[in-house]
Amino acid sequence: MAAEKKAKGKIKIDRERCKGCRLCIEVCPNLRIEVDDTLNKKGYLPARFREEVKEDEKGCTGCAQCATVCPEVAIEVYRAK
Amino acid sequence: MSAEAAYKKVFGRPESLKDTYTHYCPGCGHSIAHRLVAECLDELGLREETIGVPPVGCAVLAYNYFNFDMVEAPHGRALAVATGIKRAKPEKFVLTYQGDGDLAAIGTAETIHAANRGEEISTIFINNAIYGMTGGQMAPTTILGQEATTAPGGRDPKLHGRPIDISLMISHCEGVVYIERCSLASLKHIRQAKKAVKKCFQVQIDRLGFAMVEMLSPCPTNWKLSPKDAWTWVNEVMVKTYPLGVIKDTTGYK
Amino acid sequence: MRGSHVVGEAAVRAGCRFYAGYPITPQNELPEYLSGRMLEVGGTFIQGESEIASINMVLGAASAGIRAMTSSSSPGIALKQEGISYMAGQELPGVVINMMRGGPGLGNIAPSGADYFQATRGGGNGDYRTPVLAPAGCQELADMTFVAFDLADKYRTPVMILGDGLMGQVMEPVVFPDPLDVESLPKKEWALTGCKGREPRAIFSMLLNVNILYQHNLHLQEKYDEIAAKEQRWETATADEADLLVVAYGTPARIAESAIEELREEGISAGLFRPITLWPYPTIPLRHLAAKIGKVAVFEFSMGQMLEDVILAVGDRAEIFFHGVPGGVVPTPSDVAQFLRSALKGDGKVGRRIET
Repeated sequence: MAAEKKAKGKIKIDRERCKGCRLCIEVCPNLRIEVDDTLNKKGYLPARFREEVKEDEKGCTGCAQCATVCPEVAIEVYRAK
Repeated sequence: MSAEAAYKKVFGRPESLKDTYTHYCPGCGHSIAHRLVAECLDELGLREETIGVPPVGCAVLAYNYFNFDMVEAPHGRALAVATGIKRAKPEKFVLTYQGDGDLAAIGTAETIHAANRGEEISTIFINNAIYGMTGGQMAPTTILGQEATTAPGGRDPKLHGRPIDISLMISHCEGVVYIERCSLASLKHIRQAKKAVKKCFQVQIDRLGFAMVEMLSPCPTNWKLSPKDAWTWVNEVMVKTYPLGVIKDTTGYK
Repeated sequence: MRGSHVVGEAAVRAGCRFYAGYPITPQNELPEYLSGRMLEVGGTFIQGESEIASINMVLGAASAGIRAMTSSSSPGIALKQEGISYMAGQELPGVVINMMRGGPGLGNIAPSGADYFQATRGGGNGDYRTPVLAPAGCQELADMTFVAFDLADKYRTPVMILGDGLMGQVMEPVVFPDPLDVESLPKKEWALTGCKGREPRAIFSMLLNVNILYQHNLHLQEKYDEIAAKEQRWETATADEADLLVVAYGTPARIAESAIEELREEGISAGLFRPITLWPYPTIPLRHLAAKIGKVAVFEFSMGQMLEDVILAVGDRAEIFFHGVPGGVVPTPSDVAQFLRSALKGDGKVGRRIET
């Protein structure tokens, strides 16, 4: 198991609520969100949280900018205690 | 591994918003505005005292999304219906949530007079410069040059008249205490819009008079733009006709 | 007390605590009266910016559980039709007073009965009926106001009281029922009171799913059938041995009473059938009486609106004669007596025979 750097924050995206508007991707400062490659039940390509942090990337800080702009309240944001 | 326990939730669905799928388009400003209204009601502890009036327009089904008492009004009449509720039950928190056709076309008289009487009502005015629900016809707030199905080639002042600035018009009424024009087209603006909504609600709590927040709202579907480009259109084009900022503030709040 | 004032006082005694209206002759005395009286009982009076705004304020107050009323006259009632249709679809109670005046359009300010269709045949869109009460004088204005609020609450429907410019202006002695205790009125379990301790409620008439709207309309119709079965009101006078049955409501009925008196002095026996509910119309009682007497004379302040309900009720079971006086003209009892004599003779001199 790779050493897990405990991320400062994480998000849960409800992929069935997401309508694929991609505004969250626009505002995330750390590239933590990408477009999923499988359709949800409504036919949208939803947003997907990139939990795995690559070498030169920053992790999720729980800034909640994504959730603030999400029109569907599809994102829950968590911060490390 | 108790990874879950190590985190606390800092953002989730507000109590005043039902846990349900909405019919709004991807990137629609309504969904964001609904959430801001709901967050403010939660933070002010108002949900159980609130009676709301939705518009006729894309948000006609708002009672399926908002988690408080609501009554439908005929198109444009929301502020008259709200006046009836607030005068009958002044201890309740009464809000209207209206689009540009509802508030500034068919409802113009009801809007002006409720504002002019200084009714203690909070109004959220969603301005997307187009008639969404009916498929993209010209709205009173459609800007010059903007395409609409009933203004093919774009709004022409000679043929279609000019866009109306209802917020500015009613700000002259003494009964109006606070109007701010905000936008839902960027992170920064959404945060400012929430502050404006909270202040607008506080005006009713403090019984000062009529208050309204106008929100420039992206409409990707009827503008035929992606959600991201719709944001750009608001920030670079729409604000030239409808500049953001406080239009009136006699609240005395710091 | 003046008719318009009577309605205001009766409404307040009947527990009405919200009035919104717009000035229009010949009913201005009603909002003027309530602008002070309503405040005395801790209610709300608003002069709305239009008749449209006023009916919508009533809609709002009604949704919050308050007994609410608006009033206007003919062209102003035309403006209220949207609100009335919404209230019917939303099943909200409310009382609408129409002091009818001459029309169509702006018309004049004299008394008329030409809003019968507007009142009883919808006026607004969709499949709905509005209970319509037709008092014939100040005492009945008072009594029917109480009935209107009770019917509205009991059946969750807008209810209309149809008066006219004459009735609104005349002064007659009135004995008012005792004031109701508003607190003792039955609680409205559907009203919007803020969702503390319960699920939120939504009141709406839009039902996009066709099957749901279908069912809703069936439900509304069941309600209207119940009202039709239980709430018909009418009065008959001296009809037992009559040679002629006069059918009239409201002010025309009062004039007809005097005309019938005049005929009695000549030895002619005429009876009066006076509907008090115009919807539901007392169809079957009229049918039986008309069939027995064989000759019916319809008199109204219009070109023949209640006439159609009479034709529906009577058909060819009796001869039907009609005399309509539109435009705000108020004939004297002698004028009406001429019509009744003409109907009895069948000579067509005043009014006309209706082919059925």
